[in-house]
Amino acid sequence: MPKRVVSLWFPRLASDRFLRARPIDAPFALTQRQSNTQRLYCLNLLASQQGLHRGMGHSDARAFCPDLQSHPADSVGDQRFLHVLARWAKRYCPWVGLEGADGLVLDITGAAHLFGGEATLLHDIHQRLARAGLLVKSGVADTRGAAWAFAHYGTGDATQAHPPDAIGRLPVAALRLEEKTCVGLQRLGVRFICDLSALPRATITRRFGAEVILRLDQALGTQAESISPLPNPPRYRVRLSLPDPIGLETDVMAGTARLLDQLCGKLKGREMGARVLLLTLRRVDKANQQIELRLACAMRDPLRILPLFERGVGQIDAGFGIDQLHLAATLVEPLPVQQMSHAHGRVDGRLDDLITRIGNRIGLENVQRFLPADSHIPERSYIIAPAAYSDPAGSWVNLRERPIQLFPPEPIMGAGPSPPAFLRWRRMTFRVERATGPERIAPEWWLSDENWRSGVRDYWKVETKQGRRLWLFYTPQNPGWFVQGQFA
Amino acid sequence: MLSDFPDHFPPRRNRVHEACGPNAFGFAFALAGHLRGSVLWAREAWHADQINPAGFSPYFDPHSLLIAKGNDQTEVLATAEEALRSGAVALTVIELTKSIGLTAGRRLQLAAEAGQSTGLCIVPEGAGSNAVETRWHCTPVFDPTDSTLQRWELIKNKSGTLTAWDVRWNAEARRIIVVSEARERPVP
Repeated sequence: MPKRVVSLWFPRLASDRFLRARPIDAPFALTQRQSNTQRLYCLNLLASQQGLHRGMGHSDARAFCPDLQSHPADSVGDQRFLHVLARWAKRYCPWVGLEGADGLVLDITGAAHLFGGEATLLHDIHQRLARAGLLVKSGVADTRGAAWAFAHYGTGDATQAHPPDAIGRLPVAALRLEEKTCVGLQRLGVRFICDLSALPRATITRRFGAEVILRLDQALGTQAESISPLPNPPRYRVRLSLPDPIGLETDVMAGTARLLDQLCGKLKGREMGARVLLLTLRRVDKANQQIELRLACAMRDPLRILPLFERGVGQIDAGFGIDQLHLAATLVEPLPVQQMSHAHGRVDGRLDDLITRIGNRIGLENVQRFLPADSHIPERSYIIAPAAYSDPAGSWVNLRERPIQLFPPEPIMGAGPSPPAFLRWRRMTFRVERATGPERIAPEWWLSDENWRSGVRDYWKVETKQGRRLWLFYTPQNPGWFVQGQFA
Repeated sequence: MLSDFPDHFPPRRNRVHEACGPNAFGFAFALAGHLRGSVLWAREAWHADQINPAGFSPYFDPHSLLIAKGNDQTEVLATAEEALRSGAVALTVIELTKSIGLTAGRRLQLAAEAGQSTGLCIVPEGAGSNAVETRWHCTPVFDPTDSTLQRWELIKNKSGTLTAWDVRWNAEARRIIVVSEARERPVP
């Protein structure tokens, strides 16, 4: 059975990807910095019609076409997008490889009939990609080289199958040759592939090296060329099927322990750690019960993870029994092996385990810690971050004494800029014995904060006869007194 | 006269204690500083007032504090029990708004014993569980010369007598200092 290969070429991959997210109805180009100049990297159709071309200087292009819209190119994102396309193309055949930076190659041998033949398959590819907003050119042939040639240099209807000798009428550049070699061949008058194959092979090799003949043979099929498919992404998912259903908690835990051992072995092999684990228990009546375990830090130690499952397994309704267990790490993070050291503060994982346990009860984002922030505004001098997703960092700088408790400002009676001699707060009466202050704090004008609309504040520490030490402030711009905190 | 304060503070380890009064938070911070270790602070999420890390950083490092916010008191108690039982934190502070029954108090006590860590419930005045080891009433006191004077009263003690001390916070030494009691000059 002859091999059949489809080559897909996305001539405007980068700009199509950008315009999919942000459609622009104007000449548009992505620019890339090449040897100190911004050059056009990928253009849309309107920009090409204006006479712009790839590799042109960006300032020249703007001089030609003043309404040119542009954006810096992101080649890493383009590569990632091409991988996504390669994954998508697996719907047609299992054997999909990358072709350069803007193409795919599909080995559809024995797969085309599933879609009703090659023509229907190509039509389907074109239709779906056009709906996704991608311009694509395709070629199908017996060899990878010929398919590439038809995709890039083929004329007419791309979805139509080409006769085997059609490749002879394509220019020599369709053989994936270097620019210099192509120019050299054209100077000799060798413009088409049929001209090249008519020449004696030895003379070509002597003049242009072995590459030209190699490419020609690959296109004609006399030299084999392989397609290397992309590796499958690792799957962190293990399964245990049982001959008889189980229902006891200890049995389920024992099964989970076996699965965890396997899964953690997989994770260790790739130096990853699990962040979210999903245990699915399939009952005999096909009802699935799921336990999601969100871990406070990336982990792959089965002995530490297993006790964390106890609470979830205890709540499971086993019904008539469980006959299959699935365990999947739905979120993984890189977790490189670490040097054991006495100087390491977080070696003891008990605190992380505690955060996991509590987090699975009240929500992982409800276990929080304070982090210092650079602000004089008392309520903004710290930020509260989820403990599982932050590390204690930064130092606490105390320039002045601060209260241990902060309230939302509570208004009290008072007049004038000096603290009142008597004050009533929360239905309690206080006699002020000593007042320390004022300390003026100005609002941060670069942030709009409702609470600080009343302008600057003069803070006073007030010690009362009754004992309580309160933090008051006075707002001179909108006269009024408030209590905001309490000292120890 | 030698003060008996060191026999009572820090209160007995591996037990749950209670603090009430206007300065119960100050007591909790002083205790956290004394125990040297990580602290879990369990409270309900609706509280509008905040503990201020800039304020308690003289007592202990705010990085060693974790806050757990539960939706209701049951979640707070469950969180606290988990923390006490695990023994991963040196002190678990539980902010309570309603008094808890004997069962809940006893469960906390058993968890603290199992995990070998200390718990402190901050309760409203007059509330409290009978299962706790000690209960402290803390009030700030006005002092013309100093602004850290406070009175700590032991109002419940399962294993000893009730006493009261006037204490102050020494910021340089980062410790609680007992003010000696005023008494008459000994007669020779």
